[in-house]
Amino acid sequence: MSRSTSSRWGLRALGLGYIAVLLVAPLILLFYKTFEEGIAPPFEAITSGDGLHALKLTLLTVVIAVPLNTVFGVICSLLLVRHKWKGNWLIDAVINLPFAISPVVIGLSLFLLYGKQGWFEPGLAEAGIKVLFSTPGIILACVFVSVPFVVRETVPVLQEIGTEQEQAAETLGANGWQTFWRVTLPAIRWGVVYGVVLSTARVLGEFGAVSVVSGNISGETQTLPLFVEKNYENFNLPGAFGAAVLLALLALVVLMAMNLLKRKEAA
Amino acid sequence: MEAHAAHRPVAPRSRQFRLPGVGAGLGRGVVVLWLSIIVLLPLAAMLDKSLSEGIGHFWDQVSQGQAKKSLELILVCSLIVAGINAVFGTIVAWLLVRDNFPGKSILNAIIDLPFALPTIVASLILIQLWGKNSPVGVDIALTRTAIVVALCFVTLPFVVRAVQPLLIEMDRDMEEAAASLGAGGFTIFRRIIFPNLLPGLAAGVALAFARALGEYGSVLLFAGGKPDTQVASIFIGQQIETGNEVGASAVSIVLLLMALVCLFVITLIQRWGTRHERAQGAGAGGLTVMPVADGGMETLDPGAEHLDQEDGQRE
Repeated sequence: MSRSTSSRWGLRALGLGYIAVLLVAPLILLFYKTFEEGIAPPFEAITSGDGLHALKLTLLTVVIAVPLNTVFGVICSLLLVRHKWKGNWLIDAVINLPFAISPVVIGLSLFLLYGKQGWFEPGLAEAGIKVLFSTPGIILACVFVSVPFVVRETVPVLQEIGTEQEQAAETLGANGWQTFWRVTLPAIRWGVVYGVVLSTARVLGEFGAVSVVSGNISGETQTLPLFVEKNYENFNLPGAFGAAVLLALLALVVLMAMNLLKRKEAA
Repeated sequence: MEAHAAHRPVAPRSRQFRLPGVGAGLGRGVVVLWLSIIVLLPLAAMLDKSLSEGIGHFWDQVSQGQAKKSLELILVCSLIVAGINAVFGTIVAWLLVRDNFPGKSILNAIIDLPFALPTIVASLILIQLWGKNSPVGVDIALTRTAIVVALCFVTLPFVVRAVQPLLIEMDRDMEEAAASLGAGGFTIFRRIIFPNLLPGLAAGVALAFARALGEYGSVLLFAGGKPDTQVASIFIGQQIETGNEVGASAVSIVLLLMALVCLFVITLIQRWGTRHERAQGAGAGGLTVMPVADGGMETLDPGAEHLDQEDGQRE
């Protein structure tokens, strides 16, 4: 008995120790360092012109990229699960691509498509649209990285719920849209919402892809994660820490939402 | 997806719910167009750029000097990280499923922190504990060790979330039988638990490895871009800044291919895992429509995308 007890404590020490030194202690230390000299320095740094602009730009990317990918994700899940087609495996594979590609590589690919000598450059220049080093490029990068989430979370739920209720609705005379709004969407809603939460987290924190296409110009094309990097490299630590803490708090909110949704789904 | 659909009891086609209003054809058009514009066209432009000066030049760009070194470095570091997280991820999953201690639900929640936390913030917090102002006096910032630590951080959830559902589902009868026949704890783990966990563990490790290969933000500030700590993604970033677009594209293509091989391996592992299960009779019941009791939690797991598909096949 004593041997199994000691091995249990050994496992606890290893597992919890690993989490402590890797996750918990560094995070607590960040909060401590940020507020070491009170709440004023980091607060002033984020509410300065550039900080506030970065926050607004980040929120704008979320507001545009996440709804786009949510609508796309629901349509795509319905197609993959409910409509057999020869090309479905290919769609499925392409949707997983953003998971496999490094963020910098995503940024580079957009940089090449929309940049100088890029395929789209002549047409865009003529139309007077600037994609690179401006907001559209940043949004494109955020859309790219968050393509898979809603699809990946909705597909299994759609598979699980089956088609019986939908058939019943149809038998009772509901048309396609009615069935979708009243039966299918309520049944898959937590899957969709979970996907939305994950997309939001990814877009809020996206760094690599955005850093390549945005040019990181303070007060213009700087999102919050880029603000953290630039301020850290310029030794403006209150700014870097303040923005990092803000992003960490948002991440904790996302975590809580994830756990709430898991419990809802399990119930 | 098609293959999975084949395992489910499918209603007669005429009764099946179709995409409302717009119809499947239009929906499919929208999806294909969206994926082409957002994902495929940029990647095609990059492939085109990487080969724009011929295949020989492509090869020169990836097989020499700093490019080769950065690719080798990230491969080695990702392998080490995959190994470390295979061990610690399994231990943490074990604690979450088989152990009981105060604060367990908090532990379960914070495992996903690396998914939610922006990578650049990960870099910043790791510097606080393991950088030059370290309160414990360990300064590993700007070294290769820092690369490994940063990658361990961002890939931690993958193995835990892949192993956890398998541990929850695992039948404890076999372990009890083994124990009653006199097997010790380690023998039970090696002969019974480990073989059952292997498919999930392998898929989780492969996912962690694939993620580690491309990681950028968390490595950037913590490990830096000195020649001997420069991983492939950082190298690509620097080549973009110095205007070597062909070189950056070539290394990107190699990195992308390595990740795709990894995803392909994951698919193979899943097939193997499903067959393994079917051989044991678990996957034989093709008539169950209801998900398993904890299926909801499993499928909602971001770290285990592969499980979605496994679920589909299991039904």
